[in-house]
Amino acid sequence: MSKVTKNRLGTGLYIFGALLTAFSLIALAAGRRGALSLALPCIGLVLTVLGLYLNHSYHTRQGTARVSLYLLLVVGALIMVFPFYWMISSAFKTSAEMSIYPPTWAPRNWLNFENFRIALNTAPFEKYFLNSVMVTSASVAATAITTILAAFAFSRLSFPGREVIFSLLLSMMMVPFEMLVITNYQTIVRVGLNDTRFALVIPFTSSIFYTYILRNFFQTIPDGLYWSARVDGCTNWRYLWKVMVPIARPSLVTIILLNGLASWNSFMWPLLVIKTDANRTLPFGLYTFTTEVGSNNEQMLAASTVVVLPMILLFLFARKQIINGVARGGIKG
Amino acid sequence: MRVVMENLSKKFGHFTAVDDFSVTLEDGELVCLLGPSGCGKSTVLNMLAGILPVSGGKIYFDGEDVTDIAPEQRGIGLVFQNYALYPHMTVMGNICFPLEIQKVPKAEREARAEEMARLVHMDNMLGRKPKQLSGGQQQRVAIARALVKKPRLLLLDEPLSNLDARLRLEMREEIRRIQQETKVTTIFVTHDQEEAMSISDHIVLMKDGVLQQHAQPQALYNDPHNQFVADFLGNPPINNIPGTVSGGVFSAGPGAQLRLDDFRRVPEGAKVNLSIRAESFVVEDAPAPDRMSCLVENVYQMGKEEMAQLSFGAHSFRAYISSDYGLRRGDTVHLGLRSRGTFVFDLETGARY
Ligand SMILES: Nc1ncnc2c1ncn2[C@@H]1O[C@H](COP(=O)(O)OP(=O)(O)O)[C@@H](O)[C@H]1O
Ligand SMILES: [Mg+2]
Repeated sequence: MSKVTKNRLGTGLYIFGALLTAFSLIALAAGRRGALSLALPCIGLVLTVLGLYLNHSYHTRQGTARVSLYLLLVVGALIMVFPFYWMISSAFKTSAEMSIYPPTWAPRNWLNFENFRIALNTAPFEKYFLNSVMVTSASVAATAITTILAAFAFSRLSFPGREVIFSLLLSMMMVPFEMLVITNYQTIVRVGLNDTRFALVIPFTSSIFYTYILRNFFQTIPDGLYWSARVDGCTNWRYLWKVMVPIARPSLVTIILLNGLASWNSFMWPLLVIKTDANRTLPFGLYTFTTEVGSNNEQMLAASTVVVLPMILLFLFARKQIINGVARGGIKG
Repeated sequence: MRVVMENLSKKFGHFTAVDDFSVTLEDGELVCLLGPSGCGKSTVLNMLAGILPVSGGKIYFDGEDVTDIAPEQRGIGLVFQNYALYPHMTVMGNICFPLEIQKVPKAEREARAEEMARLVHMDNMLGRKPKQLSGGQQQRVAIARALVKKPRLLLLDEPLSNLDARLRLEMREEIRRIQQETKVTTIFVTHDQEEAMSISDHIVLMKDGVLQQHAQPQALYNDPHNQFVADFLGNPPINNIPGTVSGGVFSAGPGAQLRLDDFRRVPEGAKVNLSIRAESFVVEDAPAPDRMSCLVENVYQMGKEEMAQLSFGAHSFRAYISSDYGLRRGDTVHLGLRSRGTFVFDLETGARY
């Protein structure tokens, strides 16, 4: 196959594929069901990708390729966003609306907060929320500080056994969390912190993985910076906070966000150590709530919306930081 | 500030990076620490800065023993090859930083930073971040930052190596100008002999951690103490013709003899290198015992001069010859040697006779 034929075929394929995907998705949205309407978007996507691949080997791929790339991204984004939309829109539906078949695309009344009212009154979500905020911020703050200090020591200070100790720490990453849970649980019980919010924070005040990432980043900061500063009378402590931390800010923000997300969503550990309702965090609270409301899906989804919303908002606001952090090798290390 | 290094040495494990190094630098001088890569230049500089502890020997600043004194108490400014600017601070922030640490009041430190920025011609870019500057501009900022706290000694570790050729020439002169304006005693590390020759008051030439010669640039060129010094300086490199000396006559092989006064000092039967700079040949019209009779192998035009590739015995060498002589390949020429630029070194030890 000549290059030009390949290119033409590619262009044709991905335009056709993208259009097929878009139209079949619209048809799907309009309420057409069945094997064919589900298969069509998938076929469209495959054709688009195949077309792009064929076209890739040809040099004139500027304009058309970009258009199709955006089409592809839009389709991808729709697929990702759809479950969230479904959750949020269903939270505003009445229970009668929920049982309509085929399901409606949007609630009849977007201002129907009844489900939220019931959900928030049935379980103390504001209490859960406050607990989550406290536990997450405490563990994120503590993790950030220990991570920064440890990364500094392992990258900048020289002391006997530095590499050995660090390797030992790294090898501990191989131990699965589920195994640590047992010993952590015993420790917490013996210390007498069982069923308190401290129990949710204390095991999560440091992270080897984040220390490893930050140490790698710190090591990329040239020695010259350190020695210029030292010769000028800068102490290690001051150098860390005035130079290294600001330079590592994108990585740090990424670390904090990821850590915050993990802490906010953590479920297994609270389930294990918390008994009292007042000490529950949001995911745990949501879980007990859903078992209580049973088959009231619309209330369950309203509660889920409340739980997920803070994280979604956080990500919307910190979007640039997260992307920067990941793109600038913050998480690649 | 007068800097004295006395029997300085540095060992990394079993490896000796600097060995019994003794040099005295006078106040207000710009001295180049010159030598091939890995010869221990940075190690010497870092010991002066207090970044590396010494393994032996003493360092005196103006008579005061600073060997065991912390880096921040030595009053030094440092500039590195990769500029080492704080990427998150502006030019102003960078230059101010050393004063900020010393708790100089804000108004004063900004005034002093501006003065330094003017000195290095960066006063119109105070608000920029290092990323927005060219390599040469970054190096100017690094110099301003090193000078702002009025150090007694400025240490520059290969400050021009990251710059392109044109900028390197420009910055070389800038550093000279700044040094002359501030009169700060300066040590400039480089592996580029041309850079060292053009910029410095004195050159300290090192090899494998050992001092080779400490002299003014011209003296180093005209009076090298050993083979290494002669080889290291000069472009094109000096010609080395190996041979044996007997009875005051140098022989580089059958039909390649030369009688010079220099050879009288050489012990009978010694193997030596006759080292001659390309510009030290004089064309004569007749053969003589103190002239080299050579075959022209090739001639390269280089403007008014010609570079001739010649052979003496079995040895090939290069000489600058005026194009007036119209040399051609295959000619035989008789060359006299100027005493300036002609040296005899022991072939094995490299010592000068
Ligand atoms: N921290 C170190 N540990 C071991 N060897 C080193 C260390 N620093 C430098 N060296 C060695 O010492 C020698 C001199 O290094 P350096 O002073 O950096 O050379 P230069 O600056 O002249 O290129 C080199 O052979 C180098 O490998
Ligand atoms: Mg070096």
